[in-house]
Amino acid sequence: METFILQTLNGLDKGSAYALIALGLTLIFGTLGVVNFAHGALFMIGAFCAVTLSRILTLSYIVVDESKTDFLGNPLKVDVPYVFDIFGQSTGEAIIDWAVPLAIIFSIPIMIAIGWIMERGLIKHFYKRPHADQILVTFGLAIVLQEIIKYYYGANPIPTPAPEAFSGSFDFGALIGFDANTIIYPYWRIVYFIFAAVIIGAVFAFLQFTTFGMVVRAGMADRETVGMLGINIDRRFTIMFGLAAAVAGLAGVMYTPIVSPNYHMGMDFLVLSFVVVVVGGMGSLPGAVLAGFLLGILESFASMREVLELVPGINQIIIYLVAIVILLTRPRGLMGRKGVMED
Amino acid sequence: MGILEVKDVGKRFGGLQALSDVNLSVKENTCHAIIGPNGAGKSTLLNCLIGKLIPDSGSVMFDGQSVLGRAPHEINQMGISRVFQTPEIFGDLSVMENMMIPIFAKRDGNFELNAIGSVFGNKDVVEAAEAMLEEMNMADKRHMHAAAMSRGDKRRLEIGMCLSQQPRLLLLDEPTAGMARADTNNTIDLLREIKEERDITIAIIEHDMHVVFSLADRITVLAQGTPLVEDEPEKIKGNPKVREAYLGESA
Amino acid sequence: MFGLDRKDTRLLILVAILTMAAPFLLNPFPEGSAMAQFNAGYPDLMQRFVIFGIFAIGFNILFGLTGYLSFGHAAFLGVGSYAAIWMMKLLTMNVIPAIFMGVIFGGLFAVIVGYISLRRSGIYFSILTLAFAQMSFALAYSVLTPITGGETGLQPKTNDPRILDGTLADGATPKANIFGLEMSSSFELPLGSWLFTFNTGYYLAAFVMLASFYVAIRIFRSPFGMMLRAVKSNQQRMTYTGLNPRPYTLAAFVISGMYAGLAGGLMVAMDTQVGPERMFWTASGEVVLMTILGGVGTLIGPVLGAGAIKYMENIISKINSDILHTWFAFLPDGLEDLVVTLIYPFIGKGWHLTLGIIFMLVVIFLPGGLVEGGQRIAKLFSRKKADDNTSDVAKAPAE
Repeated sequence: METFILQTLNGLDKGSAYALIALGLTLIFGTLGVVNFAHGALFMIGAFCAVTLSRILTLSYIVVDESKTDFLGNPLKVDVPYVFDIFGQSTGEAIIDWAVPLAIIFSIPIMIAIGWIMERGLIKHFYKRPHADQILVTFGLAIVLQEIIKYYYGANPIPTPAPEAFSGSFDFGALIGFDANTIIYPYWRIVYFIFAAVIIGAVFAFLQFTTFGMVVRAGMADRETVGMLGINIDRRFTIMFGLAAAVAGLAGVMYTPIVSPNYHMGMDFLVLSFVVVVVGGMGSLPGAVLAGFLLGILESFASMREVLELVPGINQIIIYLVAIVILLTRPRGLMGRKGVMED
Repeated sequence: MGILEVKDVGKRFGGLQALSDVNLSVKENTCHAIIGPNGAGKSTLLNCLIGKLIPDSGSVMFDGQSVLGRAPHEINQMGISRVFQTPEIFGDLSVMENMMIPIFAKRDGNFELNAIGSVFGNKDVVEAAEAMLEEMNMADKRHMHAAAMSRGDKRRLEIGMCLSQQPRLLLLDEPTAGMARADTNNTIDLLREIKEERDITIAIIEHDMHVVFSLADRITVLAQGTPLVEDEPEKIKGNPKVREAYLGESA
Repeated sequence: MFGLDRKDTRLLILVAILTMAAPFLLNPFPEGSAMAQFNAGYPDLMQRFVIFGIFAIGFNILFGLTGYLSFGHAAFLGVGSYAAIWMMKLLTMNVIPAIFMGVIFGGLFAVIVGYISLRRSGIYFSILTLAFAQMSFALAYSVLTPITGGETGLQPKTNDPRILDGTLADGATPKANIFGLEMSSSFELPLGSWLFTFNTGYYLAAFVMLASFYVAIRIFRSPFGMMLRAVKSNQQRMTYTGLNPRPYTLAAFVISGMYAGLAGGLMVAMDTQVGPERMFWTASGEVVLMTILGGVGTLIGPVLGAGAIKYMENIISKINSDILHTWFAFLPDGLEDLVVTLIYPFIGKGWHLTLGIIFMLVVIFLPGGLVEGGQRIAKLFSRKKADDNTSDVAKAPAE
């Protein structure tokens, strides 16, 4: 039982990331009918928003502290971040410590802007072209984006820690009545899961309860009819693209303490997220979320030592294996709608 | 015994009984029209004949053999060719290539790994295709990209492709839908010519009464998924049940 | 000639001349000159040109003709490579069985993957092939280590059985050869300040590529090739014409898998080692890039695309900022620095960025790739000519 809970929890954070990326992919596919291979790059850019913010916050100048000496006996040189000057030392330290959560605010306008530029500048010219062309051009875009990031940030992963307060682990088992130390779970992962749940909830609420969302949902179901009602669908879809980009970006921002960002993390996640979307059912938002969590948890169970002894290497291939089985037995995925991509 | 025998066919989609107790017999070398108001189940019936749908009950026999459970390409190989509502041709290929593909299919069956010889080395196929293009008055268009042709020409090409396979039964699904009057008349003339000059059975689904009465030897009226009457065109015209089925809908 | 029409024969002869004379053509700059770094006529790179050319030709038979976009073709290349290296370990260092088994195993694996993946089409097909390739990569990396050598990969060792070869002399290492002639052996021809290298391995690979190219032409012009284009154009019509698209697409998939296996086997013949990274999905993406860049669905396009990308990878990536500075030394200092700073992100390690940008531009503006570009330029010139003497020249019928 303990292992069961532990593995489920372990699967949640990866599942959250899959779900968030797959959600954005599905939004874009459902509204614009575009297969976006550059979506992983948006996730990666989000992560680098966090890196950038933490670099901006730690911009510093050097002060010579006469009262202390280094090991050679010279006066000690201390880096003083500019934030200290603005907010005072203790507030400044807190701000730097909380760089990753702060990057949420920092990244939203950036991601929406990037999404908007992408849609207006490139994607909109591809609505009428075949899916293969869409895949190809966004694949090219993904390469360009990740190479730009690589140029400015280098090829090595950049560790970006969570705030001190969340850096430890807590005994989840003791909390729900098991023996102590049986289920130890890092705080940040729980934060990530809650964060993902909030974002997913917000997106669904937005689509469910606002007029804007209603029109978008109608457009996803039947674009032509809604277009005939005289509603400017395209403008709304552009905004949806921005929103999807923001969701991917936020998923990236918050993921940085779990995996140090590197320039190819987007592609790594993209391949899996596409598999997630296909398993969930192309064009189904709940399907994307469900499949994301399901596959995340499944992957975590497959990584258990007991399972690996039974079926070696299964953790590496489980997601693909599930995808193949699902695609062959339920061609529309878990919750796919009829008539989506059935050429 | 007709060449196509449909017995007690029923088909259900969820809560909708699309077809029930459909019985139909198409005699060899006749033109049989199936008409009916919108939603009468004409397209569903057609799709059951060509393997796109499998009926829940009943049987469909072509020339004494059941077509049920066979893949569309197998049914075609039995001798049934279909013309679609919007012309289905190979738009990326040339007109000549369009015409050669069905002839290859007729000659070599549903799959042949003929990967080394040249297309145009198959003299028999080339000649047959040229002859058919000639017959369709399209010989001058043989190098054209099929997608670049007018709608009327695409329709002609599609009919020619079907005829080149020398089918025993030609199924036409609203062949003049969306056509201008002149194109419609041309198509009627073409079909009448085909009917007279070839040993071929034609089954046609059509909305346009002008087309139906110009071509059909026999008419089945379908209403709410079941045949209402089957008779000669002249008698159908005066049948009160048919009037009711059509007019009752709009009244 | 060879059962081809005039145009195709001309194309084949052109490719034959280009590949056979490549050691000259790719080495236009004298040794030691400033431009010598743009020479591509060294064996290692020339081998890669033709091997990736084969890979792309095969990929194009699938994607170019049927329109099925596979994102997992590197898996077949990898399987072919592993099969080839095992032949070298077990049988002989002669490359013939190795290459042969590469083709066979590439094809066999393609039968399995294709049989399953081709049950779906469109993006689902792409994802299925991607899933298979990633699975193969993951397995080769971990569980299948006894067969694949895991992360380190495989290479021939002195103590391998090699039942057909005699025992090696003491201290000798096993070298890939064809009936005794080593793949790495070269004949160097100095001519003035030029140095031309004729490498056994390159010529073997080039002959194989010519043969593959010839077979591809035959397939394109055959009824089978026409059926594959019919699959791409309209599957519905195809089915209702009495043709079963599934075996056609599967045959195309297996043929292209065999081409990939052949490329994999040749890679091992040239450089006797294999690692799992050869199967990673970026390698599959690379062959897609090559085919699109060159011109999808055309005969020569994939070969051009493979050449262009491998040239960029090897030559552009070697340019560094020092070289840039020497090039732009004629500019005033400040301007020189500016120009170098502007160009720098696109060269050296940044060549992927250049590749990505070029690829996007091609997809957006030139869907027919380099071949379409060439045709457009040719048309531009011929129109100019036609304008010069318009009066009495009848226009040829457009085809």
